[in-house]
Amino acid sequence: MNSYFHSVTLDKELCRGCTNCIKRCPTEAIRVREGKAKIIDERCIDCGECIRICPHHAKLALTDTLESIKKYKYPIALPAPSLYAQFNSQVPINHILAGLLELGFYRVWEVAYGAEFVSRAINQFLQKNNFVKPAISAACPAVLRLIQVKFPELINQVIPLKSPMEVTATLVREKMAKEGYSSEEVGVFFISPCAAKVTAVKNPLGMSKSAVDGVIGISGIYGLLRDKVEKIQEAPELQKATEAGVSWAVSGGESNLLTGIRRLAVDGIANVSKVLEEVVMGKLKEVDFIEGLACTGGCVGGPLTVENPFMAKERIHNLVNSQPKELPELPDILNWQDLTWEKKITPLGVLRLDEDMAMALQKMELLETLQKDLPGLDCGSCGAPTCRALAEDIVRGQADEVDCVFKLREKVTDLAEKMVQISSKMPPSIGKKE
Amino acid sequence: MAKIEQKNTLLMTFAIEQRNFKEAGEASSKLKNRLIQLGFPGTLIRRVAIATYEAEMNLVIHSKGGTIEAEIKPGVVKILVVDVGPGIIDLNKAMKTGFSTAPEHVREMGFGAGMGLPNMRSCASEFAITSELGTGTTIKMVIS
Repeated sequence: MNSYFHSVTLDKELCRGCTNCIKRCPTEAIRVREGKAKIIDERCIDCGECIRICPHHAKLALTDTLESIKKYKYPIALPAPSLYAQFNSQVPINHILAGLLELGFYRVWEVAYGAEFVSRAINQFLQKNNFVKPAISAACPAVLRLIQVKFPELINQVIPLKSPMEVTATLVREKMAKEGYSSEEVGVFFISPCAAKVTAVKNPLGMSKSAVDGVIGISGIYGLLRDKVEKIQEAPELQKATEAGVSWAVSGGESNLLTGIRRLAVDGIANVSKVLEEVVMGKLKEVDFIEGLACTGGCVGGPLTVENPFMAKERIHNLVNSQPKELPELPDILNWQDLTWEKKITPLGVLRLDEDMAMALQKMELLETLQKDLPGLDCGSCGAPTCRALAEDIVRGQADEVDCVFKLREKVTDLAEKMVQISSKMPPSIGKKE
Repeated sequence: MAKIEQKNTLLMTFAIEQRNFKEAGEASSKLKNRLIQLGFPGTLIRRVAIATYEAEMNLVIHSKGGTIEAEIKPGVVKILVVDVGPGIIDLNKAMKTGFSTAPEHVREMGFGAGMGLPNMRSCASEFAITSELGTGTTIKMVIS
């Protein structure tokens, strides 16, 4: 049994056992077994690719519900800036924030606000200039997991800073404590475009405990929120973030706030994977900073959003143009230490063939031989995404060569030929000499 | 399941074509991914990846083609790079950082900064290079 909790999961009822998701998964974390997709939990990075690709909507993200905020006397909403892009540009941000209060939240704090401090911290980090180039942003939790699973050699290049969500949550907790609220009665909820954020709260990286109590998907509350927002005529000034923080919602937003450096913004998990591959080989030495976001368009393309990422991106650009641009000073109740990881992240080693390297080498040898013998069509009928993945499953003892339909056919043909041969044989007591 | 032979060495050989920039890097990438599955530490994987990639690029840019052979044992990767010419005129110069004979069109693509050989040497625990004009160049690296 494995105990690793993560957000992306399967609705067995809806799954038809097709091979769409296994082919799309960047870490080859899905197999089809007994007619249903099976997620290999420890390999899953919660990027949400399978949620997007599944034609039967059988993949979903486990999130908290609006109901769960009732557990706290003072629930606080921390909306991701991508939430704003789900509404028509005519809807002021203050109205959206007021809508959240109408849904039952006691207060609302924008994650975009915390993002501005993180931007400052990244600038400070890069100015020290004592890091391996290119430094990699830690903002996207799916990319962080991707690095843990597939790029262990790049872990030391990740900037050890907490995410805007964590920084905002820490700030809110400090503020509430200062105002005299008891910390058990305060519940901090991230309003999320992203499945990986759910995991990042339950199984945080770079810290032992998240300052966030729950993660609610934007798509889960959008209908209700829309109804509330539509009715709002006038809203108080709730907005604290500037355009800088809001721009984090789209690809390039985070990196555009960094000055005097060469930066790369990459979106889409397959693209991020390719670029990181080049980083490993030392190909991108001229770049100082890489912002990698798992979703197309950035967080606005998250699997828990409702608007198409391109329209959403346009809306963010529109919002960003109409706001002042300046990074704020860090409030007194936070210090830079609050923004830094409390502990290092470590490679997961889930791709290892064996704990013992000598044994792993033997398995690899066998794997290569098996792979050569498979048809190389990567058809997915065996339930593995590629022939190589099947070969890997075989050496791990989790599959069999005849799981391959072509191999099975070969074996059946062999057997049929043998049967014909045998059927023509007669016992010598009956058979005649020809 | 087939029986696993008692052998603790894995050999991988890659043929590298000259001027094939489109596929350049695939050999290093494949090797790197095998090392991850074998459980090599990240820092070693990084050194192997960089050294092999530089070698691969050198074969693509400068040589008439050649091979990269990796011999993988627990904790150690040996890399043998052999090309079929043209050979290096001045090996001492070639080993200096920044020295490059790469033609303009290659430099424009961002390659040929004269870092290749020095980079390989700094990544390798043991490094040996021999070259003969008209015959070719051989590089042996041990990374552990």
